[in-house]
Amino acid sequence: MDLRFTAEENAFRERMRDFFTTQIPADIRDQVQRGEHVSRDQQVTAQRIMNAHGLAVPHWPAEWGGQDWTPVQLYIYQDEMQQNCVPAPLGFNTNMVGPVIAQFGSDAQKKQFLPATANLDIWWCQGFSEPGAGSDLASLRTTAKRDGDHYVVNGQKTWTTLAQYADWIFCLARTDPGAAKKQQGISFILIDMKTPGITVRPIQTLEGGVEVNEVWFDDVRVPVENLVGEENRGWDYAKFLLGNERTGIARVGVSKARIRRIKHLAALEHVGDRAMIDEPHFREKLAAVEVELKALEMTQLRVVADERKRDRALPNPASSILKIKGSELQQATTELLMDVVGPYILPYDDHEHGSNEPPVGPEYAAEAAPTYFNWRKISIYGGSNEIQRNIVAKAILGF
Amino acid sequence: MDFDLSDEQRLLKDSVDRMLADRYGFEARKGYRAAPEGWSRDIWAQFAELGLLGLPFTEAHGGFGGGLVDTAMVMEAFGRALVVEPYFATVVACGALLRHAASEAQMETLVPGIAAGERVLAYAQVERQSRHSLNDIMTRAERDGDGWRITGEKSLVLHGDSADTLLVTARTAGQHRERHGIGLFLVSADAPGVSRRGYPTQDGLRAAEISLAHAPAEALGDPAEALPILEQANDEMLAALCAEAVGVITAMHAMTVDYLKTRKQFGRAIGENQALQHRAVDMYVSLEQARSMALYAAMMASDPNPLERQRAMHAAKVQIGRSGRHIGQEAIQLHGGIGVTMEYAVGHHFKRMTMIERGFGDTDSHLAALARLGGLIAA
Repeated sequence: MDLRFTAEENAFRERMRDFFTTQIPADIRDQVQRGEHVSRDQQVTAQRIMNAHGLAVPHWPAEWGGQDWTPVQLYIYQDEMQQNCVPAPLGFNTNMVGPVIAQFGSDAQKKQFLPATANLDIWWCQGFSEPGAGSDLASLRTTAKRDGDHYVVNGQKTWTTLAQYADWIFCLARTDPGAAKKQQGISFILIDMKTPGITVRPIQTLEGGVEVNEVWFDDVRVPVENLVGEENRGWDYAKFLLGNERTGIARVGVSKARIRRIKHLAALEHVGDRAMIDEPHFREKLAAVEVELKALEMTQLRVVADERKRDRALPNPASSILKIKGSELQQATTELLMDVVGPYILPYDDHEHGSNEPPVGPEYAAEAAPTYFNWRKISIYGGSNEIQRNIVAKAILGF
Repeated sequence: MDFDLSDEQRLLKDSVDRMLADRYGFEARKGYRAAPEGWSRDIWAQFAELGLLGLPFTEAHGGFGGGLVDTAMVMEAFGRALVVEPYFATVVACGALLRHAASEAQMETLVPGIAAGERVLAYAQVERQSRHSLNDIMTRAERDGDGWRITGEKSLVLHGDSADTLLVTARTAGQHRERHGIGLFLVSADAPGVSRRGYPTQDGLRAAEISLAHAPAEALGDPAEALPILEQANDEMLAALCAEAVGVITAMHAMTVDYLKTRKQFGRAIGENQALQHRAVDMYVSLEQARSMALYAAMMASDPNPLERQRAMHAAKVQIGRSGRHIGQEAIQLHGGIGVTMEYAVGHHFKRMTMIERGFGDTDSHLAALARLGGLIAA
């Protein structure tokens, strides 16, 4: 047992840090550090730079641009990306649909989609959740009926992140309504967002932004060659997809970067004669979060080390721990930032009716409350923390 | 980065686990506690036979050359079984002090007896006023020819009643909270001027109040500059306690999950209730966080940078304390009435965990110290 990184691993970390800090434009990283959303163009720019250096999809199969890295290297890559405030390659592309196509898609699909997906020439969104199918995803009701060489898709998807930017959507739809179990009879279908019959309606979230949407399908005709794998096996592919996101899920690097920012800003804010950072109570609250974060980082490394011994196609139930604790800590950092900002969390920047007025209070105050409101999502998406607890109860504790 | 045990470590772990499974059930432990010293000389001899008593000493000194990870592994197993023998006092605490402070000659005199199970040591550090400070020392040592004479009152000395050899901290200079002027001394427990009052502790171990009146002593290392060594050794003790705590809470969690699956009310296992499953999961998350920090503590306790080492040990003790309290309180609650009886094991684990949390700096004091040092992440 040696819990230290090897000299090679440390050199790899240096290489990653050097790449992220010198190749990704500073304005993009600054924006991420301030907690602001990046634009579509900025996301595309960052991912294309990474892809040009072979760093957008390192976990993919080598023939489609993957690197033959160890789990520890993949972890270091993610950690440095997060700590240096680089927007991660679009997860819908690189962690979700890409690996599914690489694993289960036809050769034609691989050629058509994988290079464009890695380079973000195609922006994907995810058509899984429906109004009646959230945690209970298998209750989905969107249908795809075979009609000659087309499927005709009808139904409604929701919580579709950044559908307003998307070129394509990967959907779960019911192809066999008579299947014995609700997990059966579902297919995994790729749909061009420009197809007639698709309507996107934005949903405004608490902080005032538009990140998610509803997507309606009204007699949308999709060529049968856009089916991934076999008909009615979509649930298996969805499980593969959801199990794929493992080590990055805790987002320890993101929380570290935020704690650094909180410390920096807490040195600027004063409470009476004293900098906020010198308030003993605040310091202890902050230290308590840092302790949990260090423990989570070690837990994550244990999961990473364990990856070598596991069947990569099977999700590791320990990743549920990373999700639960990681989301709680990310949310804790948003509260610490509001502690620092103090009363200046109050003003609301009305995006909808955009104004040119200067911000009220310190510039850095503007994102504190919106981030707090927006990040409540983290313990809900990707399988709510209650679902994660169900998974651990069943898969690890044997209830 | 490698979390796997080596072949030697696996062998050691297997032999310790097997011995504890054979000899250290809950009822057997009651018997050991009932012995005059509050622990079993017979088990102690078994530890010696397995090489556990010489584990952290070099082969040249008659030991087995184990590192902090090996000690942590043994302590975790001892935590699961709630071992009451003076392993922490003799091998972990005094072992660390000796390795850092003793001369070659002193090691040659002491280590073979420790490794053979013939010598039991105790670390006399705490005083009435010192709380968790290592340098708040009023006990004085004065020169007496080639040796020293110690006078003062030492308190809460773990296994101080059955030890034959005491390692005592005392001032040779300075005011009672000064960092300089502190020495570490070897005192024979039956030396003239030493009187001891032994008593049981909340967690089923033993401790003693020790009075020293001109007791003859021998210095271990620099008689005025022992504090850095006390701090280094203390961090190694903390790492071992963190590992023991992981064993204690692992056992509590396992007992609780087992109980939830077997205890029936309203015609079904109470563990079929999602509310209780989720509480068991939250305990598990706490447990894994603690396990991670105990590994981190074992890795960092020998870090050459004292500031980094201190930050890490404060952080580890905070995590262990919080996880331990959470798991302990939940374990009792989910067991219901049987959890608050002396008849059932889980409550004894809870008591040991509570004493670990409150000893060697409680959670609040470590959190405050970490906060004063600016936390773990540089701004």
